[in-house]
This record gives sequence, structure tokens and C-alpha cells, in this order.
Amino acid sequence: MELLSFGDTGWGDELFFATLMTIAVSIAAMAIGFVFALIFTPLKLSKNKTLNLIGNCYTTIIRGVPELLVIYLLFFGGTGAVMYVASIFGYDGYIEINAFVTGALAIGIISGAYSTEVFRGAILSIDKGQFEASQVLGIKKSIQFYKVILPQMLRLSIPNLSNVWQITLKDTSLISVTGLVEIMRQSYIAAGSTRDPLFFYSVAAVLYLVLTFLSMKIINKLEVRFNKGY
Amino acid sequence: MDINLMISVFPSLLNGTVITLKLLISSMFFGLLIGLFFAILRINNNSLINKFAYGYSYFFRGTPLLVQLYLIYYGLANIEFLRNSFLWVVIREPYWCAIIAFSLNTGAYTSEILRSAFQTIKEGYIEAAQSLGISKKITFYKIQIPIAIKQSLPAYGNEIILMLKGTSLASVITIMDLMGEARKVNVLTFKPFEAFITAGIIYLFLTFIIHNIVKYLEKKYGFQT
Repeated sequence: MELLSFGDTGWGDELFFATLMTIAVSIAAMAIGFVFALIFTPLKLSKNKTLNLIGNCYTTIIRGVPELLVIYLLFFGGTGAVMYVASIFGYDGYIEINAFVTGALAIGIISGAYSTEVFRGAILSIDKGQFEASQVLGIKKSIQFYKVILPQMLRLSIPNLSNVWQITLKDTSLISVTGLVEIMRQSYIAAGSTRDPLFFYSVAAVLYLVLTFLSMKIINKLEVRFNKGY
Repeated sequence: MDINLMISVFPSLLNGTVITLKLLISSMFFGLLIGLFFAILRINNNSLINKFAYGYSYFFRGTPLLVQLYLIYYGLANIEFLRNSFLWVVIREPYWCAIIAFSLNTGAYTSEILRSAFQTIKEGYIEAAQSLGISKKITFYKIQIPIAIKQSLPAYGNEIILMLKGTSLASVITIMDLMGEARKVNVLTFKPFEAFITAGIIYLFLTFIIHNIVKYLEKKYGFQT
């Protein structure tokens, strides 16, 4: 227990900040994932074959390769790619991308693929009458999406999005391989310097369990709130 | 993109693929046994046994696979008692640690899949078996288990693919699986795109094959209710 005390002698404060980092990366990744999902869901639902293919390629490829591979590709390849783009614009210096940005982007791309599938399913399960009714009322297509379809889509997708959140939260542990100090990396460092891996990885497991437990509670509350009218 | 490099590293990546498949098949095998065992505990009426099985699946589904892998690979070696026992032969090998971690992880997910399959079996089947005078034990082995396995095929197919992706974590504990080989290529050549995209293509190909096998099995043994 002494090992977990706050201050210079224990690892309590380090692990606490690492937990905050995990939460921050997960939220950032989830948000990036939403952006990807909002781009790719219309593509997947589109009747245009080319657009459809692009959407399908994204979800199939990302869900078919290991998460670690996406992270390594961005981590090792990202710097080179950014520097290549910069050199086209005439900048030849060394550019280093922040580990947080790389990690959040990598996990965001992954969670985006899952969110896309969730949104697609939700839109498909919205009653056709809703689209027709809003058309009859003369609502414009863009407003129809924001005011009629989106609210219903969100309600329908909350249970599945909670799964995506759990997956995202657990996937952030993989970012530790890139050196970002989140729960997993911090436990690795602590385990290395105290030679007590069993204890620190158990602490990490407990921290993740607490995070998943708390997020389940919050999501259940949200679900009740969004289902009020039903 | 250096296509020649991608072709030249292909054989060594295939060597890694063999290890990935070995890891996948053995952990799926043990995972299925563990999953079946815990699913049976979950549908047990005794609340203590029930809670134990729930706790098991909650722990392994609520923590990242990487934590479990590290706990088993680095953590277990820390216990003096285990190091002196015959189990040390097993847990000092990263390969076996990976299989233990993956089996326990997939076992937790499988137990949930099988449990929900058991619970959705229509009462009528069991009642029909009872009225035919079939004993409870035989009803369980000959009627409930086959139906549950058929019903859970689609979800289990997803689990196999998730596990295939999960085996890539073995590379962080020094196993030279497909991911490990790709990392080695990256370190040796400083060409991350070529290395990881080639590995990605192999992973996609494996996913594609598994997906189609499961689809075929679903069609063949599919269960219509």
C-alpha cells in the first residue's frame, strides 16, 4: 500500500494522472471517431457505387487488421508522412508529432470504423415513415437530417455506442507502446523500477475495471434520459 | 512505396503468420472449453457459483488484453511459490503465457456468447424432451449444447476475428508472430509503410478466410427457429 501513496515516495499521484490521461485519450479518440463516422456513414448508405466502396473499404480494412498495426503505422509512418507533405511546401526541418495526437488519431480511426457501423444500423432501423413525413412537411434535406434523423439515430445507437466506448477505452492501453504515459505505460514504469510487476499490473487492471464500471453507470443514465419520450 | 521490399519480406512474414495461426488455434481451442465451462456455471441456479462465473467474465471483459498479458507474463513470474513449482516450465515461456492470456480472455467472451445462446433456447424444446422421457443429462448434452452452439455461430465468428487481432499483442512479449516480424522489418529497414501494410494485407486475408468459413458453417448448420 505504501507504494500507492501520493508524493515523491509512492506511485499514487503518477497513476492518478495516468488515469486522467487514459480518460483524455479515450474521449479525444471517441470524438475523432465520431467525425470519421459522420463522414463515412453517409458514404456507406449512399447509392453511388464508388462512394459506397470507399465507405466499405474503410470499415472492412480497419476492422480486419489489428489495432496495434494501425498504431504502429501512424507512430512510425506518421512523422515521415507529415515531413514529406511539409517538404512539398518547402519546409525541411524535423517535425515530431506528439504521442497524444498520434495515439488519439490511431484509436480514433479504429473507433470511427465501429461507430460508422453503429450509426449505419441505427439509421437503417429508423422508420421510413419518418423520412416521408418530413418530406411531406416540406422540410429541407439538410434540416431533415439534423432535426429529425440525427436525434432518433443517437437514441437508437446509445446501447451500441457504449460497446464502442468500452472497446476504445481498452484499446488506449495499446498506445503505451508509443510511450504516451497512460495507465499501462505508468504501471510498466512503476513495475520496472520497483520490481513488483504483479502489484502494479493488478492496480492497472483495477483502474481499468473502475473506469469501465463508472462509464457503464453513466451510459445507463444517458440511456434513460434519451428514452424519456418512449 | 517499395514493392520489391514488400515482396522480399513476404516469406519472413509468412513464417510469422504460422506462429500467429498456432497462437490463434490453440487459444481458441482452450478458450472454447473455458467458455463452455463458465457458461454452464452462469446458468447454474446456485447464486454463489453464478457470481463467481460472472466475476470471471467481468474481469476479463473489463480490462484490456494487454494488462492480462502483462499480468501473466511479468506478474506470475514474481510469485516465489509459482517459480519453484513445476508450473514454472510453462510460465517462463512467453509463448505459453500468451496462450494462457488469450485463452482466458476469449473464454470470458465465449462464456457470455454461449450463456445468451443457452438462455434463448425455447422452453418448448426442453419440455418436449422431458415429455419424451429423455433424462436431464442427455437433454443437456444432446439438445441444449448443439442448439446453443448453432445459435452462437455468428457471434463466435466475430470473436475469432477479434482474437486474431488480439494475437498481435504477442509481439510485445517478444514472440515473433506476424506483427513481431513486421516490427523487425520496420526496425531493420526504417520503412514502416511497407512493413506494416504487407502485414496488414496478410491479416486482412486471414480475416477474410475466417469470415467466409464461418459464413459457410452458418449456412450449413444454420439454425432456423
